[in-house]
Amino acid sequence: MAYGAPEPPGQEGAGARPPLRTPAPGRAEAPAARGALARSGLVSADRWFVAATAGLAAGAVLTFAALVALLVAYAAPAVVRFGLGFLTTTVWDPVFERFGAAHLIYGTLVTSAVALLIATPLGVGAALFVAEYAPRWLGDPVSFLVELLAVIPSIIYGLWGFFVLAPFMRAVVEPFLQSSIGQVPIIGALFSGPILGRDLLIGGVILSIMILPTIMAITREVLRAVPDTQREGMLALGSTKWEVIRYAVLPYAQGGIAGAAGLGLARALGETMAVTMVVGNSSSAISPSLFTPGYTMASAIANQFTEADKEIYFSAIVAVALALLLVSTLVNLLARLLVWRFVRGVGTDVAA
Amino acid sequence: MAIPLQVARRQPLRRPLSAPGPREWQRRAVDGVATALVTAAALLGSGVLLLILGYVVWQGAPALNLAFFTERPLPYGEVGGGVAPAILGTLLMLLVAALISVPLGIGTAIYLAEFGRGHFARLVRLVIDLLAGLPSIVVGVFVWALLVRHVVGQYSGLAGAVALAIIMVPIMTRTVEEILRLVPSALREGALALGVPRWRTILGVVLPTARVGVITGVVLSLARAGGETAPLLLTALGNQFFSFNLFEPMAALPVQIYTYAVSPYEDWHTKAWGSALILVLVIGCLSLLTRAVTRRGPF
Amino acid sequence: MIASSQQAPALGAALLAVTLLAVAACGPVKTPTGGAPAQGSQPGPARAGEARTLTGAGATFPAVLYSKWFNEYDKATGVQVNYQSIGSGGGIKSIADQTVDFGASDAPLTDEQLKGTKGGALLHIPMTLGSVVVTYNLPGFNETLRLTPETLAGIYLGEITKWNDPRLTADNPALAAVDKNIVVAHRSDGSGTTAIFTDYLSTVSPAWKERVGSSTSVNWPVGLGGKGNEGVAGEVRQNQYAIGYVELIYALQNKLGVAQLKNKAGKFVEPSVASTTAAAAGVVNTIPDDLRVSIVDAPGEDAYPIAGFTYQLVYQNMTDRAKAATLAKLLWWEIHDGQQYCADLGYAPLPEGIVQKAEGKIKAITAGGQPAFGAS
Repeated sequence: MAYGAPEPPGQEGAGARPPLRTPAPGRAEAPAARGALARSGLVSADRWFVAATAGLAAGAVLTFAALVALLVAYAAPAVVRFGLGFLTTTVWDPVFERFGAAHLIYGTLVTSAVALLIATPLGVGAALFVAEYAPRWLGDPVSFLVELLAVIPSIIYGLWGFFVLAPFMRAVVEPFLQSSIGQVPIIGALFSGPILGRDLLIGGVILSIMILPTIMAITREVLRAVPDTQREGMLALGSTKWEVIRYAVLPYAQGGIAGAAGLGLARALGETMAVTMVVGNSSSAISPSLFTPGYTMASAIANQFTEADKEIYFSAIVAVALALLLVSTLVNLLARLLVWRFVRGVGTDVAA
Repeated sequence: MAIPLQVARRQPLRRPLSAPGPREWQRRAVDGVATALVTAAALLGSGVLLLILGYVVWQGAPALNLAFFTERPLPYGEVGGGVAPAILGTLLMLLVAALISVPLGIGTAIYLAEFGRGHFARLVRLVIDLLAGLPSIVVGVFVWALLVRHVVGQYSGLAGAVALAIIMVPIMTRTVEEILRLVPSALREGALALGVPRWRTILGVVLPTARVGVITGVVLSLARAGGETAPLLLTALGNQFFSFNLFEPMAALPVQIYTYAVSPYEDWHTKAWGSALILVLVIGCLSLLTRAVTRRGPF
Repeated sequence: MIASSQQAPALGAALLAVTLLAVAACGPVKTPTGGAPAQGSQPGPARAGEARTLTGAGATFPAVLYSKWFNEYDKATGVQVNYQSIGSGGGIKSIADQTVDFGASDAPLTDEQLKGTKGGALLHIPMTLGSVVVTYNLPGFNETLRLTPETLAGIYLGEITKWNDPRLTADNPALAAVDKNIVVAHRSDGSGTTAIFTDYLSTVSPAWKERVGSSTSVNWPVGLGGKGNEGVAGEVRQNQYAIGYVELIYALQNKLGVAQLKNKAGKFVEPSVASTTAAAAGVVNTIPDDLRVSIVDAPGEDAYPIAGFTYQLVYQNMTDRAKAATLAKLLWWEIHDGQQYCADLGYAPLPEGIVQKAEGKIKAITAGGQPAFGAS
């Protein structure tokens, strides 16, 4: 590397200076250049500066470590007492001190699954529209409107869900579902039971609206990253637009789309306020019907954290928080792996 | 084959050169259906937003009057009063959160962008990603255990601000790191060639060049933190009086919305929508601003 | 001696740790023995040596009354009492952890909970009497619902699922026309209202006592969860054919129907200030020293069966003199001047004998060895 320590002014010509190098030609070379730059040519003030910024960066690591440590410490009594049964039993009884979180895990999984099932086709469809079909003047506003959904705070989704969506679902959609698909054997069990207006289905629908912008925005970037040669090859063979998408673009992008769905899932798992207002907050046993009131892990924590007045009760709640942390971390890591491998450097306006 | 007259005259053919068979119609039909579905998805997605926003405006506008912005809440069931303590509380906690998170976020971003090589930087990036994906309720649990239970010893605005700061740092770090990476190396190299030390290069050349993007990152994370409810329920608790004391409980707009929404009082419902309107307007404007800025390019 | 990027993290972490320690040393720190944040962080006291703000959290049962009280108290004295209704469970936990100045709960602490309080002995000061009413949303049903202990327990156990069940129509013939499922609502948070309600159900229904029990938070066999009294009232209001239990004022303010319950004497009684007061008649003589008592299913011709005291929870030995003085004054005001606001909001004022016992408890509060009340 040609750059040596910057010499103090006044020493021009005093020693042999290394020859000037032309500026780094392309971005690919810049990281290597910067890396060497980082290691060489630091004056003593620089050492403090690097140390200071490294210290601030260490703050993030320390915070995360402290978070995990604190959660584990508080959750330990419950984990020790209930063991793995905590994840498989559904009884949540503060009176008799029996705690099992299976119905919470079930509620979280079901609402997230419903959200994914609704939001992924919609998000991919909207992304296709913006990236492949629509002209710029149409695609940009549509994309903008969908991304604005990400900006709305979750409490407002909760508000809207509580006052608008839930009554609508209870009065119109759910009876319709029960009278149509509900009559089909086996699948109909999903839509059976009394319609109360607070259930897992409505929770899932609210979540789907919330994760739609995430999925759409990332899929849009993923689609844009598919090389045009793929499309042109199919077009040269005389295919229709849809065939280009189906046989050339989507298979190429499927990893990235899976990653987008994964990030949407990660958001859905941790969502608290919007869900807690429509899901029912009830510890009923696990039932196949989507019309039963349910409970998600995040809602349970929000509802019961400030008042778990017995030590084991409190410990059980923190154990739920720990489980939530583990699950969402795993999903996050997996999803980012998929997306990062596919698209380098996702845009800053993508909600994660 | 003879060239049809229309082709010679450069007019469109009334009939294609070879008639499309059933297979061709099927493919075209499928293509048409796909186009329709995709368009429907886009319309649905953008339509839902307009539906929600429209409802918030419609329900929230009647609540907005002078008292709403300047007075504090009245006792349960009495009509009138306002949400001023919640508005001020949100602003104050965001300010303190920014004071905490901006040095941390920008410092970390600088480290990652300028000096980040090796295992430590990889660890920091991983942790930032993990923190970004944390459910906010878990952040609330952590800050409760750390600050409310032990250090400060009571529900406080400071605990709320710290919870918001933890949520803000990852967003800020990632945005600012990307921006700093986009600053051309030539600028750095020019400064270094003049004998400017690394730290002055970064603070005096790189950061100012990237200042628009840095501000964008800060505003983006503020917009996100401003809408958070769950962590504040466990840390700042709430306050119906005006309070600027960070060591006492503090009101916040999202928490106020929640409290009012689940109550049985009609007046409080209207106020909940009004507060939602303010929240959406402020956060929406901030986000629109950042989008407009980044559209024009980071510098 | 040029630091490499590998050494920088260690150096940086050390810098960060030193900075944090410095900040922590300077900032107010809560000591383990229950001291409050340093005086400098409080706004200037209204009178010499008294705090101007207090924080309380807990029951939603009396929240309507308390919010009126603290609004009036602010007007009268300038002292701002910030009360957040997070549920009795939250009140108990917060005062046990000393994260608030006083807690509020309808359910007195159990002996086990009393052992877990960080600041030592905890006093229960009764504030008022309220009744837990059964509220419902029955479109088209224009009479007053009548429930017996058996039917109420049956509904909440999930054994009675439809409004036109014969067990219900026996007391309410008009219900035969309502062929709808009962939407049951209960509390999703830890609640003193729940404690009183389940205490009553446990008293009158052996099946309930065995299957569910009585506490601030129970394993409900059926129903939707609402947060706070407000949440349950909201659920009943939002969902047709719903039934829920709330403190009286929430049903009244919400214009929801209120059921008549059959009391121990066999009479169907409406919840009111009068019937609540009747439920507490005679308890003055039997109330234990620590004032923790249950008055559900009270004997008496006109007694309403689901009534209860609601308490404020304060530590007997406080360390912050300023706060203790203000708190003692507040408590005194509440059991005397505050009682005038009760009846209008549907709460029953404290019987005279109870007020005297409460006075004794307030006088027992000490701060740094000195009695807190009447100190300034």
